[in-house]
Amino acid sequence: MASSIRVRATSNGDTTEVQALIQHPMDSGFVKDAKGEIIPPHFIQVLTFEYDGKPVFVADWGGGVSKDPYVKFAFKGGKKGDDLKVSWVDNKGATDTTTAKIQ
Amino acid sequence: MNITTSEFFRTRRLVLKGAGVAALIGLGVVPFDVPQALAAANDKYPEEAFKQKTEADAIKALYGKTAEPSDKVKMDAPEIAENGAVVPISATTTLADVTSISFLVSENPISLIASYKIPPGTLPSVANRIKMAKTSNVTVIVEAGGKLYSAQKEIKVTVGGCGG
Repeated sequence: MASSIRVRATSNGDTTEVQALIQHPMDSGFVKDAKGEIIPPHFIQVLTFEYDGKPVFVADWGGGVSKDPYVKFAFKGGKKGDDLKVSWVDNKGATDTTTAKIQ
Repeated sequence: MNITTSEFFRTRRLVLKGAGVAALIGLGVVPFDVPQALAAANDKYPEEAFKQKTEADAIKALYGKTAEPSDKVKMDAPEIAENGAVVPISATTTLADVTSISFLVSENPISLIASYKIPPGTLPSVANRIKMAKTSNVTVIVEAGGKLYSAQKEIKVTVGGCGG
């Protein structure tokens, strides 16, 4: 299966800008389906970005983050060709990880 | 059942991280910045804060203190959101020593949307997309130098994104 994480990390020399798009339903547990039954909560809780073995950005999410979440941030340093590791874990214990090359 | 599995997973991850550090110490090659990096990674998911219904309770559960409004916290958000399921919001600040940025929607069933940890070296600026049940105040909290600063803005929602 293709990774649920699409990430683009671009270095401009001083800083690295990171944009990530993740495929996930992000069900809050407050929405009903067509039959009027509550769709149980299913959302990413922790999304971590690691560079050079250290976390550069950690997102703690609730069910209020939109479906197929998007996030953008930037950190100082990061060289073209280096690895940026991205991983998430959701409230059901599912997880996914990918590694992107900084461009 | 869900809670049990996720807790198990997290515990196991902590144990593995601990084992990694122990191995490094054993080899005598502990990088100088490991304890800090590890502390940031091991900060637990704020389960309680994400259960609170009101904004005040969520901030209290997350930080244990209250925020003061600051014009150094800037929020970029639409005046009117046509689709409450996807409201693009970004926040940035000129404050120094920022350690976290959080987003809250006061009229949502669960007020806290997201909380981002900003380690040293990461710029205090975040963009994301959130859900809004209806027209509401949206609050950005910036934790800087151990204090909390906030900015607030009302966003009108024409179609809700939470009520179904």
